[in-house]
Amino acid sequence: MNDMADTGEQTIKKFLYVNRKAPYGTIYALESLEVVLIGAAFEQDVSLAFLDDGVFQLMKGQDTADIGVKNFSPTYRALGDFEVTKLFVEKESLEERGLSEDDLMEITYEDEDDDWEEKPSIHLVNRSELAAVMAEQDVILSF
Amino acid sequence: MKFGIVVNEGPYTHQAADTAYQFTKSVLEKGHDVYRVFFYHDGVNVGTRMTVPPQDERHIQRNWSELAEKYDLDMVVCIAAAQRRGIMDENEAKRQGLDGDNIAPGFRISGLGQLIEAGIQSDRLVTFGD
Amino acid sequence: MSILHTVNKSPFEKQSLSSCVAHASHGDAVLMIEDAVYGAVSGTAAAAQLEENKNISIYALGPDLNARGLGEAKLAEGVNVVDYNGFVELAVEHDKTQSWL
Repeated sequence: MNDMADTGEQTIKKFLYVNRKAPYGTIYALESLEVVLIGAAFEQDVSLAFLDDGVFQLMKGQDTADIGVKNFSPTYRALGDFEVTKLFVEKESLEERGLSEDDLMEITYEDEDDDWEEKPSIHLVNRSELAAVMAEQDVILSF
Repeated sequence: MKFGIVVNEGPYTHQAADTAYQFTKSVLEKGHDVYRVFFYHDGVNVGTRMTVPPQDERHIQRNWSELAEKYDLDMVVCIAAAQRRGIMDENEAKRQGLDGDNIAPGFRISGLGQLIEAGIQSDRLVTFGD
Repeated sequence: MSILHTVNKSPFEKQSLSSCVAHASHGDAVLMIEDAVYGAVSGTAAAAQLEENKNISIYALGPDLNARGLGEAKLAEGVNVVDYNGFVELAVEHDKTQSWL
């Protein structure tokens, strides 16, 4: 039933963080990111999903100076340093909002298994591919 | 079976803390285990002992505290979210130079790692929020 | 591997229910709780979408229906009513839960 890998001392589960809310209007996007960063220390198999208004979290050019709130968007680009390298972004959600991948920040990581080659962390997936990603998880966290 | 419960909204404005309470109570009454209840986002506000709802209304914090006592529940309030929202235990209040604490019986303040650990250790993690 | 999806928003205010149903896979269950139970009423656009997806089972939380004056007679065909114990059983029967907050 459960395909989690048990490596003896440490259990490795597949964790999916589901992001469906836009940043700034509410705190959910920021506090979700804080969980991802802390969770990275636990060396689980982590993926992030961005769908519905969650795709707005990855917009390029966020400038919060005039609303007096910290701009946390650069943190997404640092996720690779925490070995969080699988960001699944839903195509249909982008299209419904008049967006394309060009509107999103470039997020990459250095692949230590491939001579530290720089690779994209963002994977565009369609709705049924994202449903399949959800289906294969052990733990799904939504905020 | 072992359950982890996540509560992401505060009391009274949203139904989430009530639904989470009813669900957790059912889990325990059916003989399952609860590994941990983790309060995050505005959910940390469930953990203040300073709420005084009208007599004829349910007392959400007290319900949780009593459930914790009856079943020896581990109820954790996220420290980062708690600091933003003014939920303090005695140690944390002292450390921050504040004049008082407000954490309710049965709740303890700890880090976000406790949420991840609940995800790892529980067979099912169920989230309640807005 | 199957998922118990929970939805707690009225489908007339937010699109969580519709997004959830669009991402549910064969064998999954969708449980409407809190304000999402308004989506269980027959003859609505939301109910029509639920009826379209035959691969998933649909549940609504009875205590939330009762609280909102929605008797079983008002419910769309194929909606199963469970109480909190039934909610727990659904969580046990499926490998994981996903909350569409």
